[in-house]
Amino acid sequence: MNHLSPNHLSEEELILHYYGEDCGSPAQERHLDQCGQCRALYASIERVLNAADGLPVPARDPEYGARVWQSIESRIPARRRWWARPQTWRGVGAAAAFAALLVAAFLAGRLYPTAHKPAPADAMADRQTGERVLRVAVGDFLERSQLVLIELNNADPASQLDISAERERAAGLVGENRLYRQSAVHNGNTAMAGVLDDLERVLVDISHAPAQLSPADVESLQQRLESAGILFKIRVLGTNVKNRQEPAVERSAGRQKL
Amino acid sequence: MDASDGALVTRARVGEADAFRALVERHSRPVFRLAFRMTGNEQDAEDVVQESMLRAYKQLAKFDQRASFGTWLYRIATNCSLDLVRSRKRRTEDRTAASGGGGGEVEDPVMTVASQDPNPERMALSGEVRERLTAAMDGLSAVERAAFVLRHFEGMGIEDIGRALECQPGAAKHSVFRAVQKLRRALEPLVSAAR
Repeated sequence: MNHLSPNHLSEEELILHYYGEDCGSPAQERHLDQCGQCRALYASIERVLNAADGLPVPARDPEYGARVWQSIESRIPARRRWWARPQTWRGVGAAAAFAALLVAAFLAGRLYPTAHKPAPADAMADRQTGERVLRVAVGDFLERSQLVLIELNNADPASQLDISAERERAAGLVGENRLYRQSAVHNGNTAMAGVLDDLERVLVDISHAPAQLSPADVESLQQRLESAGILFKIRVLGTNVKNRQEPAVERSAGRQKL
Repeated sequence: MDASDGALVTRARVGEADAFRALVERHSRPVFRLAFRMTGNEQDAEDVVQESMLRAYKQLAKFDQRASFGTWLYRIATNCSLDLVRSRKRRTEDRTAASGGGGGEVEDPVMTVASQDPNPERMALSGEVRERLTAAMDGLSAVERAAFVLRHFEGMGIEDIGRALECQPGAAKHSVFRAVQKLRRALEPLVSAAR
């Protein structure tokens, strides 16, 4: 029991008094002024706590912060702007190569004399090559889109969220998505075109969202992602694209061996 | 003019490494002081500073920008220190058990403060009081020590200490009481004699 008597102040009350945390009544103040026993206990607490003030702490020079940064810099996970990320440039490169291929195919079709129509077998081979190029480019694109959606889907819905970076990345992905969707339609790949159509709408919504989302906005966005099942669709399409790439690669390797 | 913490956090959140670097450079020294008082060991305090900065970076998206970045970082550093002190205690207990159960003396890491250079603060306390104080601080439980450091050295109110230690204000207050009572029992004879 810490109370010395009903009238005396307890050790706890005196500690709070030292730290200015008490709501000391005038009666308590008067008691402390007048009671030698409480004054002695308070003086003892004061002496010990004042001595604790001198607990030494090794000094750190003003450059210490810079050294801490140097030691952790390599362990900081990449959170670079979307345009500074290597995968963005990989994606831009893939999209540019794909666009160039489409333009070349279009021009070749226009300029090639109609009398030299390719044999049906050649046309089929060209179409298969176009499909393969589309699948490789789309596989990479889906991975990058998935990263944006996963970040938003896993965000803490209890706090305000800054999605400036995700917005920029989504805006960059919209144009690419449109190109791949049109190609999928052109190639008659309706399943891929359907998923890319859904994805495009989600990416457009994200790119037009405010930079700061309230907890309610975050929850609403996550519900939207959930209800559209877009992450699942992307994963399935990505797996299909990958599975169809691998046999093609194996076939091509087989041909080289021959 | 130096940018405010809030402005730097906003820039760090969108990937500006330089902004986070400025926050690290600004807050490392006070976090080190806190960590040293919490752990009582220079090398542990250095580890806490680095770990706290890394945790802060990973959790930047969760930081409520209406709050103070410094207070939020202190909370992270407090938790890192508690984790470290608890794991150190477990390791010490394991070593004690392995060496036959308390018969032999186990080196006290808190007593192995690396820097022993004299400075005005060190000189202010007599060697004996300082040693007793360091030993008494080590005798506190991790939570008592954390609560005492936050109240006594950081001037944090009981409510904030409760939030930092993720406990009720009543529990935080009692941790401070127990810490002061233990320190008083250990130091009172010495400081009274030194008057």
